[in-house]
Amino acid sequence: MTSLYEVIPDAPGEGVPTRRVTITVNGEKKTLDIEPRLLLAHLIRQGLQLTGTHVGCDTTGCGACTVLINGRPAKSCTVLAVQADGREVETVEGLASAQQLDPIQEGFKEEHGLQCGFCTPGMMLAAKALLQRNPNPTEDDVRWALSGNICRCTGYQNIVKAVLWAADKMREQ
Amino acid sequence: MYPSRFAYDAPSSVGEAIAILDRSNGEAKLLAGGQSLIPMLKLRFASPERIVDINNIPGLDYMRTDPDGTLHIGALVRHEDLEFSEDLAKSHPTLASAAALVADPLVRTRGTFVGSVCHADPQGDWAATMIALDGRIVAQGPNGRREIAMKDFVLGPFTNALAYNEIAVEAIIPPVKGTAKGGYLKLERRIGDFATASVAIALDMNGATVTRAGCALAGVGGKTIDANAEISAALVGKTLDAGTIAAAAEAVAGAADPRTDHRGSAAYKRQVVTVFVTRILTSIAQTEQKAA
Ligand SMILES: Cc1cc2nc3c(=O)[nH]c(=O)nc-3n(C[C@H](O)[C@H](O)[C@H](O)COP(=O)(O)OP(=O)(O)OC[C@H]3O[C@@H](n4cnc5c(N)ncnc54)[C@H](O)[C@@H]3O)c2cc1C
Ligand code: FES
Ligand code: FES
Repeated sequence: MTSLYEVIPDAPGEGVPTRRVTITVNGEKKTLDIEPRLLLAHLIRQGLQLTGTHVGCDTTGCGACTVLINGRPAKSCTVLAVQADGREVETVEGLASAQQLDPIQEGFKEEHGLQCGFCTPGMMLAAKALLQRNPNPTEDDVRWALSGNICRCTGYQNIVKAVLWAADKMREQ
Repeated sequence: MYPSRFAYDAPSSVGEAIAILDRSNGEAKLLAGGQSLIPMLKLRFASPERIVDINNIPGLDYMRTDPDGTLHIGALVRHEDLEFSEDLAKSHPTLASAAALVADPLVRTRGTFVGSVCHADPQGDWAATMIALDGRIVAQGPNGRREIAMKDFVLGPFTNALAYNEIAVEAIIPPVKGTAKGGYLKLERRIGDFATASVAIALDMNGATVTRAGCALAGVGGKTIDANAEISAALVGKTLDAGTIAAAAEAVAGAADPRTDHRGSAAYKRQVVTVFVTRILTSIAQTEQKAA
């Protein structure tokens, strides 16, 4: 058992109640004592040191913090970490294995789907959720599914191509 | 940003949740999708002593239709459940067409229909559909259940008629007599924005004749605008043609009470209402003609 407050600096003071939760993150079960007000994004980034999940706006508007909770994409800045208790969380670190990039990551590489990369983890997880629901999306389906994720660099064109590339590749496999 | 401290409960039954609310004398807040409440906690617009998270209560995520056509939407039905329901697209075109226009796809995986109605945002999309469809909320408290008509449910901006120890357990949409027709159109500056102006229309049709008409507007007043009387006067007992459609559009636009703001001028918003009523009704009239 790891206490989260061994790793994040702003440990709750003496006597502040915590709650014990068990969350599966990228397939690994973690049991943690956390304060109920801790946001999932902060647990992931500071607590678990998985800094692939980005915090952009911090006001539920940009989708940079998107993770999958039981397979569905959500803005982790707008979910309490305690709400993930008993659930599976997937972050961008969960996409690739040691040997192999995920087809979605390959698609972003092939089609130049990123520039600064800040929005990319959120884009990829939103794309993963789309392709699980709809393996054969149209361009419009892709744009619609990614419409909660903002990119300030690419103009979206190559992101959409990247996801369609990944859809093709995944259908071939 | 992070919320101020609160105690947290994740009850596993409605009864347990009500007991916690009852004990906390109004100092507790219910957490459903969290897509309005958590942003408010982070901005510290709300700092309740206790959060009662209903997401671990099994059996609240149902959409069920009775044999007579009454639709029940449980408290944990998410926006996207309505968006992706094929049955709903056939049975309740007004709800189905609104679903994909609520917030953005990431908010829709968590935010709930009932939570949105409870939040009572004057610009909320679901509140407008509930008014147009003459929906009701079922409230459950320590003394059992009661039903509250949508028009009595919202008392003012962000204020609903629930007592501190009550939970809205479901929404009820009454059955349609004849064929359900309707639609929802929303003008937004970008996806995830609230409505600059939106129109919900729900009709019951017997052949080509309108037997019941409901309409409500969001974004064009300090509250959800109830235009049921206006659209009924223009359409009930009539068929949809250019004349009746124009009369309905004019009457409904007259009910709007828009303000000039960063989303547009009052005159512009009223014009958008006129256009949206015309579009929804014209598209219903065209499908009627094809069917005939
Ligand atoms: C970026 C963004 C864009 C958005 N855009 C739109 C939009 O375009 N249109 C729109 O309509 N909405 C929009 N929303 C709001 C969204 O639809 C919320 O999901 C909704 O308003 C609240 O539902 P919730 O389930 O998330 O409720 P919560 O945030 O959990 O709760 C909201 C309030 O309702 C109370 N409550 C919730 N459920 C119940 C219940 N069962 N019984 C009693 N009280 C309850 C809570 O205590 C709280 O006070 C947007 C939100 C975001 C973050
Ligand atoms: S950081 Fe969560 S939506 Fe922008
Ligand atoms: S690549 Fe820079 S924000 Fe999208």
